[in-house]
Amino acid sequence: MSRWWKAEIGLPLALLMPAILFLGLFIALPSVQALLLAAQAPDGSWSGEPFRRMLADTRFMPALRNTLVLIALVIPLQLALALTMALIAQSRRRGAGFFLYVYAIPLAISELAAGLVWLAIFTERGYLNVVLRALGLIQRPIIFLSYEHPIGILLAVVIAEVWRATAIVMVTLVAGLQMILGEYWEAAEVFGANLAQKLRYVVLPLLRPSLQAALIIRTLFAFQTFAVVVALGGGVLPVLASEAYVWYAGAHNPHVAAAYSLIILALSALVTGFYLYVLRVHPEEMGR
Amino acid sequence: MKRGSRMADLLWYGGAALLALWVLAPIYLIGLLAFSPRMAVYRWPRPLLPLEFSVETMQFFVNATGTLAATRNSVVVALLTMILSLALGAPAGYALARFIFPGREAVRMGILMTRMFPMAILSIPLAVTFIRIGLYDTPWAVALVHTAMALPFVILITSSVFMAIPRDLEEAAMTLGCSPLTAFLRVSLPLALPGLAAASLFTFVISWNEVFAATILTLRQRTLPALVLTVLNESPLYFRFAGGFFMVAPAMIILLIIRRYLFNLWGVVSR
Repeated sequence: MSRWWKAEIGLPLALLMPAILFLGLFIALPSVQALLLAAQAPDGSWSGEPFRRMLADTRFMPALRNTLVLIALVIPLQLALALTMALIAQSRRRGAGFFLYVYAIPLAISELAAGLVWLAIFTERGYLNVVLRALGLIQRPIIFLSYEHPIGILLAVVIAEVWRATAIVMVTLVAGLQMILGEYWEAAEVFGANLAQKLRYVVLPLLRPSLQAALIIRTLFAFQTFAVVVALGGGVLPVLASEAYVWYAGAHNPHVAAAYSLIILALSALVTGFYLYVLRVHPEEMGR
Repeated sequence: MKRGSRMADLLWYGGAALLALWVLAPIYLIGLLAFSPRMAVYRWPRPLLPLEFSVETMQFFVNATGTLAATRNSVVVALLTMILSLALGAPAGYALARFIFPGREAVRMGILMTRMFPMAILSIPLAVTFIRIGLYDTPWAVALVHTAMALPFVILITSSVFMAIPRDLEEAAMTLGCSPLTAFLRVSLPLALPGLAAASLFTFVISWNEVFAATILTLRQRTLPALVLTVLNESPLYFRFAGGFFMVAPAMIILLIIRRYLFNLWGVVSR
């Protein structure tokens, strides 16, 4: 340790300051502004009107419900699928690296593009119907994305989201697995543990920090689900973020839109706190 | 895997291939549509193999009103985002990696916390502000919000990139007569360059893919995703599929370039 490392406080602060100022200006300040916007009527007076209008809107409850249902369906599926992919990719068999890269490909795919990709499959003359027809199961196309049955759209969104965003969870888990596997896994093998036991007693407990990180990041993004719902449902299936968009761009009412964004933030904060509490990592357990 | 019997191998390869198919098949299918004649979308039934290759659909998309301008805007926004977030993020990451100072953990926590803020809460009030100061509907407006979104990620990545370079190397350079600055420029920076480049390219992809803020903050100067999203309901199916493919292709190429760094990048961010 030279004197230089310890003595400097000014230099690190100077290096950090531009980034901190920027984040303050473009994250903290807008958040305060959102709070103010949501507490003002369009004429600028203080008012509970934006929240009242949001709550009275017939699309509010469906939007909230759809967002929560999507999260409840998507996240467990993603977790199971991502863990499977991560374990497959951690094998020492030939080709594991190739599969790891393939499973990571959806990282590059946007929500909007993923929605369009699955539209090509679920639309009336889409590939799902083409395949069903080729198998001789149907003669006429089945309509999956019907305006009368939003449940079909909801399931399509679940599939598109699981397809696209599992990669983020997987990559996070792979990073965590790389630290565990090896000695621990081999020790479990020496003592004759089967796969289920290895998962239950070795992988999952040690993977908790990574699981926590993956769950938090995925759920935060899931609260913002937007373009995939628009691409597959064309507005039939409201979610919180799409309502914020519609109120801003369609109804030209940034006040109600800000109220929606505050709901998203509040739910995000709640869930982050929940995960941090439920999956809290005791330092003595980790031994580091 | 000592008891790697043939059965286990079979199961592993079968499962691995099935999951690869799950990831790749939809990409193949949209590629197939993008390079089929326009009317192929409506044909029933139709083949699953590329029997009638045609660039007609892609040509239609590229020549459609606004596509080229939106592509240019997307590239400009993504480049601005890349430059801004690296210029702001790399020094901060370096500070977190190399210095022990009071409040370091608080700064780190604060940066992690910013992830909790949804795009909606940034872009809606900023749209109002940007209209007032005349920045609305410009690539800069979108790039600033994208930078706010990408910056925490870039700070954490760069800090881990610099953390991986032993500080002894810089100290050795300084005992040999380098100033702290030249030690950094001649020793740490070259070693950090590949990691920084990978982080920048990933930032490019994040910005290229972002749609919510881009749609809120623009009206005429649309980025590509914002354009495709806003004309979605009025455009024919083949336009949407061509657009989907057009957006996916560059991002996938970038991912291919940085694949070696991918897991290091994300592993760090998630901790």
